[in-house]
Amino acid sequence: MTMTISRRDAILAGFGGFAAAALPGLGLAATMEELTTAFTGGAAPGEGGITLTAPEIAENGNTVPVEVNAPGAVAIMLLAAGNPEPAVATFTFGPAAGSQRAATRIRLAKTQDVIAMAKMADGSIVQASSTVKVTIGGCGG
Amino acid sequence: MITRREFLQASLAASAIVGASGVGNWSRLAAQQALTQDQLLQFDDFGNVTLIHITDLHAQLKPIWFREPEWNIGVGDAKGQPPHVVGKEFLDMFKIQPGSPEAYALTYEDFAALGKAYGKMGGMDRVATVVKAIRAARPESILLDGGDTWHGSMTSFLTKGQDMVNVMNALGVDAMTSHWEWTYGTERVKEIVETQLNFPFLGANIFDAEWDEPAFEPYQIFEKGGVRIAVIGQAFPYMPIANPKWMFPEYSFGIREERMQEVVDEVRAEGVDLVVCLSHNGFDVDRKMVSRVKGIDVILTGHTHDAVPEPVLIGDTILIASGSNGKFVSRVDLDVRDGKMMGFRHKLIPIFSDVITPDADMAALIDAEREPFKADLEEQVGTTESLLYRRGNFQGTWDDLICDAVRSERDAQIAMSPGVRWGTTLMPGDAITREDIHNVTSMTYGACYRTEMTGETIKTILEDVADNIFNPDPYYQQGGDMVRIGGLAFTCDVSQSIGNRISNMALADTGEAIDAAKSYTVAGWASVNEGTEGPQIWDVIEAHVRKIGTVKLSPNTSVSVTGL
Repeated sequence: MTMTISRRDAILAGFGGFAAAALPGLGLAATMEELTTAFTGGAAPGEGGITLTAPEIAENGNTVPVEVNAPGAVAIMLLAAGNPEPAVATFTFGPAAGSQRAATRIRLAKTQDVIAMAKMADGSIVQASSTVKVTIGGCGG
Repeated sequence: MITRREFLQASLAASAIVGASGVGNWSRLAAQQALTQDQLLQFDDFGNVTLIHITDLHAQLKPIWFREPEWNIGVGDAKGQPPHVVGKEFLDMFKIQPGSPEAYALTYEDFAALGKAYGKMGGMDRVATVVKAIRAARPESILLDGGDTWHGSMTSFLTKGQDMVNVMNALGVDAMTSHWEWTYGTERVKEIVETQLNFPFLGANIFDAEWDEPAFEPYQIFEKGGVRIAVIGQAFPYMPIANPKWMFPEYSFGIREERMQEVVDEVRAEGVDLVVCLSHNGFDVDRKMVSRVKGIDVILTGHTHDAVPEPVLIGDTILIASGSNGKFVSRVDLDVRDGKMMGFRHKLIPIFSDVITPDADMAALIDAEREPFKADLEEQVGTTESLLYRRGNFQGTWDDLICDAVRSERDAQIAMSPGVRWGTTLMPGDAITREDIHNVTSMTYGACYRTEMTGETIKTILEDVADNIFNPDPYYQQGGDMVRIGGLAFTCDVSQSIGNRISNMALADTGEAIDAAKSYTVAGWASVNEGTEGPQIWDVIEAHVRKIGTVKLSPNTSVSVTGL
């Protein structure tokens, strides 16, 4: 492993300036468009500078490990486009953060795109997405 | 790394030699009407290192019949590419004479007739002879097993893989990776790996499910003739999806492309001269993975059972596909100099069981493993007049028989049988023994359930399974071949997307269209759900075959395939 901090350490301890704000149970689910606009302030997302790691096919749709790494980001928003409530979490990073990386597990109702957006210090936005398939399984030849 | 230009020169030189001493030679042998062991083993030594690859043995210790697929549809970029070429097109692509030994070994046409001429293939005692001969010529060799080794026969089921572990230890395997091994459960896998295997059980992509951290040895470094070789294992990526995850809940798998790159970079940084990936990803997944992960010299592919007579070049990587069930052993000689693979010479050695002399020690070991079960294994249950095979994207004749048995014995309108790629063949006129039935059904979750499903649920299942084979992105192809169905007719348009491939669903007996809201009785086996109840599938089939005595199947026209 080349990661300087293991995922176990990250989950157990967290690290400098790392805070996770999950958004469960909102009375009215915000749409993808509303969430995106609120996060980007209308800026068009670019590509590159953000890595989203998710399985191609979920081993268990109820707990899908995803990881986002966006060096230099001040905030990362994670969305599950096909869930009834697309907002998953927004992570913010303070100046003391050793890295701008977040790993969590999310529930996916069905096959869908998981989208990560990162806001950089200059206000620019980068985006990455990954399709995660949720399948019945079986028939493994 | 070797430059593209240098590499192509090297590989061109190598393939010219393959033409003279490898596959091309088989045709000449056929013309001479004489196959000899020396000719099958003939190989002009090349370079300084040899890899020996076997994979997907499915616990077949004795010679078997195995008919290669009639249907192997490629989608997306894989269309028309090996291994998605069958029958005459395959013969044309590799310049193989129809009716020759290699046509029999590698394709499906005239299988029953050619089988009479050329005999059964495989047998681990014959494989042992070939391995010993290669090692005698090339002491600087590594023997690698791609997995699906401990599962697939009655003896492996009854001994929980012990017979295969003993045989592979005796064969002197240097490293393996895994898939069906895990269906014996975590405890048994760990017992074997920790206390019995004489060699490493590699899986760079096997992670602890709770912490998502590596859980098994990712690679092993070998030193042969002054060359340092890293062998990285890649277990079947979709283990907890395609097989019952409750049997190994501690582990997570996945392709984990970024992890593979990390491990390749790690062994490169340690200064190895050659990087080999021993994979159970399947052919198309491997083709995609090595086009994206940089630094793998040789990928030894497994899982999809493809026997391809020439290496496939992908960028700077050669991909070797060595078939299944002990039908073939691949020998790959490599010239490795100054930390670079400069060239290769390859031969897919066919194990014609009547031509290759069994190794006496291995033959004795195999007989000893079978002895306690011999009477049970060899008991005749019936006879077949039909050729019985499974392999192919859609229904084989074994599946027709199994679905008939399931519908009849479990009194169901519709039968479902898994599209696994394993399962050996029986020739017209063959006796059907209990062992033969196990060879197409053996598993640790073989309960034959009976339930009710709505038309909508049945459609969802068919769509889901179809997407797991015909999704144009190989990374989303999770499982085996298409689920086999009895009592239900349908059309599958392989060019469509999920939800749109399956149409014209109807009860096969009456032609009555399937109603999405209506319930139907469905029986099947190999459910991945914990606590599935029902008799074992091999007992269901045995009861059915005993009743009918002689199997005589009519052609099955219930599945229409379009969008090709």
